[in-house]
Order: sequence, then C-alpha cells, then structure tokens
Amino acid sequence: MATVHVENIKKTYDKGSVLALDNVSFDVKSGELFGLIGPDGAGKTSLFRILTTLLLPDGGHAQVAGLDVVNDLWKIRRIVGYMPGKFSLYQDLSIEENLQFFATVFNTTVEKNYHLIEDIYVQIEPFKKRLAGKLSGGMKQKLALCCALIHEPKVLFLDEPTTGVDPVSRKEFWDMLDRLKTRGITIVVSTPYMDEASRCDRIALIQKGKILELDTLTKIIGRHTQNLYAVNADNRYQLMHDLRKPAEIESSFAFGEEQHVTLRTPENGKNYLIDYLTQTGHSDITVRKIEPTIEDVFIKLMLENQ
Amino acid sequence: MKTFFAFIQKEFRHVLRDKRSLVILFGLPVVMMILFGFALSSEVKNSNVAILDYAQDDASRLLIDRIDQSQYFSVHQKLHSEAEIEQVFRKGQVRLVVIFPQHFQQDLLHSNHVQVRLVGDASDPNTSNIVINYASSIFRDYLNELSNNKKLPYSIETETRMLYNPQLKSSYNFVPGVMTLILMLLGAMMTSVSIVKEKEMGTMEILLVSPMRPLLVVLSKAIPYMVLCFIDVVIILLLAVFLLDMPIRGSLFLLLAESLLFILTTLSLGLLVSSVVDSQQTAMFLSLVGFLMPALVFSGFMFPIENMPLPLRIMSNIVPTKWYYSIVRAIMVKGLGFSYVLKQTLILVGMTVFFLGIAIRKFKIRLA
Repeated sequence: MATVHVENIKKTYDKGSVLALDNVSFDVKSGELFGLIGPDGAGKTSLFRILTTLLLPDGGHAQVAGLDVVNDLWKIRRIVGYMPGKFSLYQDLSIEENLQFFATVFNTTVEKNYHLIEDIYVQIEPFKKRLAGKLSGGMKQKLALCCALIHEPKVLFLDEPTTGVDPVSRKEFWDMLDRLKTRGITIVVSTPYMDEASRCDRIALIQKGKILELDTLTKIIGRHTQNLYAVNADNRYQLMHDLRKPAEIESSFAFGEEQHVTLRTPENGKNYLIDYLTQTGHSDITVRKIEPTIEDVFIKLMLENQ
Repeated sequence: MKTFFAFIQKEFRHVLRDKRSLVILFGLPVVMMILFGFALSSEVKNSNVAILDYAQDDASRLLIDRIDQSQYFSVHQKLHSEAEIEQVFRKGQVRLVVIFPQHFQQDLLHSNHVQVRLVGDASDPNTSNIVINYASSIFRDYLNELSNNKKLPYSIETETRMLYNPQLKSSYNFVPGVMTLILMLLGAMMTSVSIVKEKEMGTMEILLVSPMRPLLVVLSKAIPYMVLCFIDVVIILLLAVFLLDMPIRGSLFLLLAESLLFILTTLSLGLLVSSVVDSQQTAMFLSLVGFLMPALVFSGFMFPIENMPLPLRIMSNIVPTKWYYSIVRAIMVKGLGFSYVLKQTLILVGMTVFFLGIAIRKFKIRLA
C-alpha cells in the first residue's frame, strides 16, 4: 500500500501566474526511501509543503498514510516528521533545549523515544549545551533530524537536508537515513545533488513542476541508453563551440573536465567524432564511449522538455 | 498542559537570552521615568526675566526684588529702552520682560490705577502662559498687601484650590502617561515581533506541522510578555512612589488589576499585528506608528482631548490608551474606587475580546 499517494497535484502562486506544480502524481511505498531530485525552483518545496499540510493544493488529491492532506490536517500533523529546507530550530536555544522543546510539542519525551535518535544524537551530545545557532552545518542537520524524529513519525519529509553541508557530513547523513529505513519509517527526501540519487530506493526527477522520470536509478538510466561520449581536446573553448555545429550531434554539454556528447546515429560514433574534430583542427583529442550517469539522463530529459 | 509550560519556558529563554529585548523591556521604563521626572519637567522654574524700569521708585524696586526672589524667576538683566526688548527675546536670553511705567508708585497710590506691562515669548505658548501667570500673581499679592491698609469699596476675592494636585506637580500627569505608553509599546511590539520572528526563522513551519493548536501557540506567546509587562508596571510604580514622591491614593490592588487588563489589551493588539504581518520590521513599524503615535496623541497625556476638533475627539475613543490613562489617573491621583472606572474598564474588556477574537480567527493554520 502506498504511504504517500499524490494524484494530479497542482499548485500555482501569485494568482495562478506562476506554475509551481503541474499535475504531479506518484506513490511512495511503505518503508521506502524516496528521492525527489531536481534543481532549485523545480517545485520540490511546494510539494513537501502540500504533503505536510502547510499549503493547500490548487488541484488534485494527496494522502499521507491514508489521510487526506486537506481534510485530515490534524491527524497528519501528529504522524509526520518534517525538516524544512531552511534550518528552522531555535538558534538561541541549546541542542538539548531544542530537542526537549520539540519532544514536548509532540506530546512525548526525549527519554521515551531516545532509541530512535540515539545513533544520531550521540554524535552531537558532547555539544548539547551549545546554542543551535553556533553549530556547524552538519551538526545543525543532525539536530534538525533528531527533532523531526523525536515523536516517532510514520513518514519523514526531509526537504533538501544536505544542502550546504560538507561531503563527509552528507555521506553520514545518508547513512543515518539508511538506518532509519530499517526501522520501517517511510522517508521522502529532496535534493538538488544528482549523486545522492543512488542512495534512494526510487527517485523522481522533477523539473519546472513536472515529474520527468520516476523509477529506480538503474532502471531510469537503463531506459535512457545513449550514444554518449566523453570528449576532450586542448582548446576547450573552441571544442565546445565546434561540437555544437554538426546536425549529427544531438547534444553537447560541459561535464566536469570533459564535454559529454550524444550522437543521433549509434554506429561508429567514436570515429566520427575523432574525424570531425581533426578536420576542424583540434589536437590532443580524446574520445571515450561512456555509460550515462543520472546527471546525463537528467540533462537529456531537461533538453527534451524544453 | 505540559506543552503549554514548555512553550512558556522557551519563550522566557528567548527573552532572557536576548540582551536587546531585555534592555527595551526593563531599561525603557526606567529611562522614561527618570527623564520625565527630572529632565523633561513642565514645571517652570528659574526663568530669566528682564526688567525695563522707567519708574525707578520704591514700589518698582520692591517688586523687582520680589520677582527675583521667587523660585520661578531670576532677574537676568535690566534694560534701558524699548528697543532692547526685541533684542533680548531674539537672543533667547529671557522668557519675560516686565515694564514699569514712569511714576509707578505715585500713580499706584494716588490714582488707584496703574499699568504694568508683561511681555512674554509666545514662541513656546505653554511656558509663556505659565510664566505670565506666575508674574501676575506676584503683582496681585502685592496689591492685596496694599489694600489691607485701605478698605476698597468693592472687591471679589477668588480663592483658588487645586484639587488632587495642589502643588501642580507634573509627575501626577506623566506617571500615568508613561505607564500607558510603555505598556502600549512593549505589549504590542514585543508580542508581535516574537511571533513574526518565528515566521521569519521558519520555526513556525515546524510548529505548524505539529499537533499544537493555534490557540495554544498564541496564548503561550502572550503569557510571558504579560508577566514581563506586569513587572514593568511594578517598576514604574516603585519609581513613582519612592523616587518621585507620588502617592497612590486609590487601591493598589485595583490599579494592578486594571493594568493587567490593559496589558491584555495591548497583547491582543500585538497578536493581531502578528497574524497579518510577515516580517519583524513591519511588525515593529506597525506597532510604533500604528499604536505608539495614537497612544501619544489620543491619551490626553500630552494634548488635552477636549481641545481637539470633533472628528479627532470621536477617534480618540477607539484608542485603548485613552481609557487606561483615565483609569490610572482616577485611581492614582484622585483615589477613586472601582465604580468610577467601571465604564472605562468595560470598554477595555470589550476591546480586548474583540482584538483577541480577530487575532485567533486570523491565525493561519497553514503557511498561506
């Protein structure tokens, strides 16, 4: 059974002039770690706010744990844990005080549900007297997660929990989510980082209020096998310029140190590219056929949807 | 209930950890009381007077002496011609010029009629009025002494008694005023800012996604500020009684109870502001301009409401400070009992219920 059920959800701002969510539908299975992946402004936060009963949708239906997000507002608020994108704890209260306060707000105590947060809390416990405003980004996230977990929620909504956090803390954070998953908590998490997609059971790629793809990471990548090549040459700027010209080339975009190029005709792509670039006067040419990453898929989907 | 107390505890921590709000909460009333008590006095003392004495006789010299000796005046200089009058006023050296005509004593004693001219600087009308009054009374006293020797055929003696405040101390006026202003400002501003701060910081988002009911959030925000404002009332009263020698003539309990009621009124105004405003700056601005200004103008503390044009007089009725100010004066200065402030009390109760009702209704259970 779907723990989160979203059906044709629509949301507009400024009297309908800005479309934030355009008929979004998806299901999150019970106990799943579900990732919403998309750039800033894709509509992730709007979706989270609708699911956490903070905003009313302009159209469509959504249910969380079988409860309607519009009508069963108070019941939902009892059973979900929510961590907003912006750090939203009391900066002038200490770690301990924040945690205790949120435990009481949810009619529980830290002691009662300590087992839920123990793994995470031990990492920040040495600083428990420190004010939340004086914590590092990673510690803030851990505290926020503790506060969102303290009432043993059935569903956890985490809006960009790793934005602005260092890579080590990011990895730790995802490890913690894995452990929470084993407790049977359904987790919906959003992130702008494509590389975090691999940590989710299933992902939805979202862009401009629309879901472009939804499946497991490997299936999504498998569905978009591309004639993809990593290309490099000594004159990078000229290379970018020249790769845009031929009709044979479907797309070309900078990807780290290289240019990722997809071709329309599947055969002999490597030879074609080397020939073409030699003709246009490039030297030090390297062309490798590569497997697409989620980022390649996303860029391709984005270009297709423009 | 436990949630409620946890929330109140949290709220106290916010206030006690924020030095700025502490200074505003407890510094402001003390500073205002001391300022009004010692620096901004509307009593006029030791005004400089210039004398233009054409008479130079015994009577004029005696009167000049008396003027100089009174606590209200000191003779600053003697002038020699009318032309100098304008000069001294222009330089702002004196507030009053007294001009004795020629043959002052002679005319006074023989023709029973003489004119002394008093010239005041009405660029500050209130002060010059007071100064002229003081000076006139010196002449009146002198005249009375003279006429004791002779029987005047007809005379009306006005005997003036200033009730409640015989010494005309300005503290009787400003202590209720300061109390009104401080409570209005702190109650409305601090509450609205503290709620709007939760919106700005995003903590409201988490509180909303919790089982806590809006009413409880609103109430637990109001209670700490109610306590703090009440402490302010006590501070002001202590300063008034022990520093400024102002008695509390009526019942202290009644005064405190009425103050608590007024605090509730201002808190509900603050809650109302917070339910329609989204940034701390707007909340502060609205409290200052929307509440402090009318409080200043329409309480009767600085400008008598009776002198205002009718539309303004009608408007003054919707300003809660007007009613509280009149309650405090009735209890503190006149020593009146509850039955005399019943009307004002009921009006304040009505306003509080009204504001609080709207605030709770308007409290958003969602973000938008």
